[in-house]
Amino acid sequence: MIKKEMIAMLLAGGQGSRLGVLTSRVAKPAVAFGGKYRIIDFPLSNCINSGVDTVGVLTQYQPLRLNTHIGIGIPWDLDRNVGGVTVLPPYEKSSNTDWYTGTANAIYQNIEYMEGYNPEYILILSGDHIYKMDYEVMLDFHKKNNAAVTIAVMPVPIEEAKRFGILITDDNKKIVDFEEKPQNPRSNLASMGIYIFNWKELKEALIKGANQSGLDFGKHVIPFCHENNCPMYAYEFHGYWKDVGTLDSYWQANMELIDLVPEFNLYEEYWKIYTKSEILPPQYVSKSSVVEKSIIGEGSSIFGKVYNSVIGCGVTIGENTVISDSIIMNHVVIGKDCEIHKGIIAEHAVIGDRVKMGVGDPVENEEFPHIYAQEIVTVGEKSQIPDDIIIGKNTVIFGETVSADYVEQSLPSGKSLIKAGDWS
Amino acid sequence: MRALGIILAGGNNHRMKELSQKRAISAMPVAGSYRSIDFVLSNMSNSHIQRVAVLTQYNSRSLNSHLSSSKWWDFGRKQGGLYVFTPTVTADNSSWYRGTADSIYQNLDFLKNSHEPYVVIASGDGVYKMDYNKLLEYHIEKKADITVVYKEFPEGSNLERFGTIVLNEDSRIEEFDEKPIIATSNLVSCGIYVIRRRQLIEMIEKSALEERYDFVKDILIRYRSLKRIYGYKLEEYWRNIATVDDYFSTNMDFLKEDIRDYFFRQYPDVYSKVDDLPPAKYNIGANVRNSLVSSGSIINGTVEDSIVFKKVFIGNNCYIKNSIILNDVYIGDNTHIENCIVESRDTIRANSYYKGDDGIKIVVEKNDRFIL
Repeated sequence: MIKKEMIAMLLAGGQGSRLGVLTSRVAKPAVAFGGKYRIIDFPLSNCINSGVDTVGVLTQYQPLRLNTHIGIGIPWDLDRNVGGVTVLPPYEKSSNTDWYTGTANAIYQNIEYMEGYNPEYILILSGDHIYKMDYEVMLDFHKKNNAAVTIAVMPVPIEEAKRFGILITDDNKKIVDFEEKPQNPRSNLASMGIYIFNWKELKEALIKGANQSGLDFGKHVIPFCHENNCPMYAYEFHGYWKDVGTLDSYWQANMELIDLVPEFNLYEEYWKIYTKSEILPPQYVSKSSVVEKSIIGEGSSIFGKVYNSVIGCGVTIGENTVISDSIIMNHVVIGKDCEIHKGIIAEHAVIGDRVKMGVGDPVENEEFPHIYAQEIVTVGEKSQIPDDIIIGKNTVIFGETVSADYVEQSLPSGKSLIKAGDWS
Repeated sequence: MRALGIILAGGNNHRMKELSQKRAISAMPVAGSYRSIDFVLSNMSNSHIQRVAVLTQYNSRSLNSHLSSSKWWDFGRKQGGLYVFTPTVTADNSSWYRGTADSIYQNLDFLKNSHEPYVVIASGDGVYKMDYNKLLEYHIEKKADITVVYKEFPEGSNLERFGTIVLNEDSRIEEFDEKPIIATSNLVSCGIYVIRRRQLIEMIEKSALEERYDFVKDILIRYRSLKRIYGYKLEEYWRNIATVDDYFSTNMDFLKEDIRDYFFRQYPDVYSKVDDLPPAKYNIGANVRNSLVSSGSIINGTVEDSIVFKKVFIGNNCYIKNSIILNDVYIGDNTHIENCIVESRDTIRANSYYKGDDGIKIVVEKNDRFIL
């Protein structure tokens, strides 16, 4: 008989639209992070390091990169005879076929998958946070309290609490109330979107909420459990946890990795982060190069100067090019004599020679001021930028651009140049 | 593929000095991220050879842990697989492998139970890329009994440690000299052979009866007039790492752009065990020039013209020049290392000074490492 005490359901279907062109062609969990990783590597590695060997990954938005990345789960040791990783896309049914309309709805549509493992507990995770967490300790907490639901929470500064879902607990960490993005928060415990449910209670709540459109954990399932007087507890987490939902927070979190002793340390032996490594060779740093305060992935060739940057795998940086405060993802090729400051350059982009990026005065982005800000220059995947182009701050470029796309060889601060369609 | 693979990985020799004390040569780390056996394993995998036996006996722990899973080279298939054969005591044998032919003889059942008509035999210490299918086509076209892959060396090279061959105009081998003091030919056997499986079984069984145990001496040289033994020329890069100097210069070859391009970027790829290490990190004060740096390393000092393997820590104000730092080495602050090979897992205390003055110095320190 197949039996797993706890299985994880990892929500990886979201677009993450505040990451702009970075998520135009891939789901947010598949966005590169920290040189060689993708965001989903962190929850997946946490699962296997916590002894959770059965993980359903719910995909919906642009799943190709996620599917190829996850494969049969070999990098995370999740290729199991029983269990392992299973990618769960929405599927057609004899009636009531629907996309995943909400976080809980996605789980509801996969009741059969979970039932197959006879679980006691279900761990709900989202694929867009950077953290290391032992879910087994959280499960122990859950069991000790005889809880039906345990929600992982993080103490945040009280002035920031109004951006989060806030939980109010009693002295025993039992949840007595909760409020979503409150103006005057009564507590500073923010929900991290990580839940452990007793399977029995979760199944009941999901079936009850089946007809609710956009069935959501925060909006519907948790309130339902609360009304039914299920014992709900808050599990306090004090480690590093970062939401990388905006370009600015994504940039910040990457930059934190290059500190002398980073708060989030990838070099620890006992809690490794696994990823699919396609490229194995060492990196080459040439005679005339300077590399300082940076991390660089496998197989990259550096002929220029790199400061304060996160460089992925298989990247080529040409002679005399200066890169500073930037994130360069896998397989990017950058020509000679470029100057790139505060750029986020997505995978397989090709930058010509003598391109200058991040110059001029910071002007607010005209079309998407809430996405492209903080003086960052964002270049989408597989984009091309020809030689001798000057690019300002708070800009975005996406697609195979040519000289004619620019006015006087430049893209001033605050402008957007998005050329790519769905497939081009 | 109509061949199975045998990798002769048993070797150890004194010419590798301290480096082979803790591992077989096949397990020697090469080019930052690989071990030498990766090249032959990748070649076999890329040539669609599916059944591969690795024959090893000398200090095979390092090799065994490298081969703990066959998935990295894609051998974990229902058809075929990767087998590591060390000598075992059986009812009628209690010897170590007494030679290369004997190592095959002791595992003859593997050959007998296979169905592939041909066998590719290769040593585990070569650094090269090769499509064995082309070798096999040539072998069939020449109606050869055995085909030996050779590499042409420049006139006047020192070939004392190689086997050299002399060919007739049809490329049939007329002379085979093992480790000649004065070489009569500049054609060097690469230790890569193709042979029909039944032919191999027959020859190996016959040699064993005569208590002859060496593949080169007792099969290639002994049978060279009787059997049709042909030479197949390898045009591309080939090195083997049987001496410290060879090992050093083979590694340093990877600082050349064309060599890196050939091995790292051109099809097909070379595979290795994936170690799940984070990206290499360059802190303030790092000054790396003309060097290879592998994943998991943290660099605070100066590195010039060197190969830094995986998970190496280089402290503040260090100066590393023209050296090879093997896996998992910790180098304390203010250390000077020049013309050296630093053995893996070593801990070099702060303020140390090592310099190879005439030739390459091998640094083996057995300090305890204190981890905070």
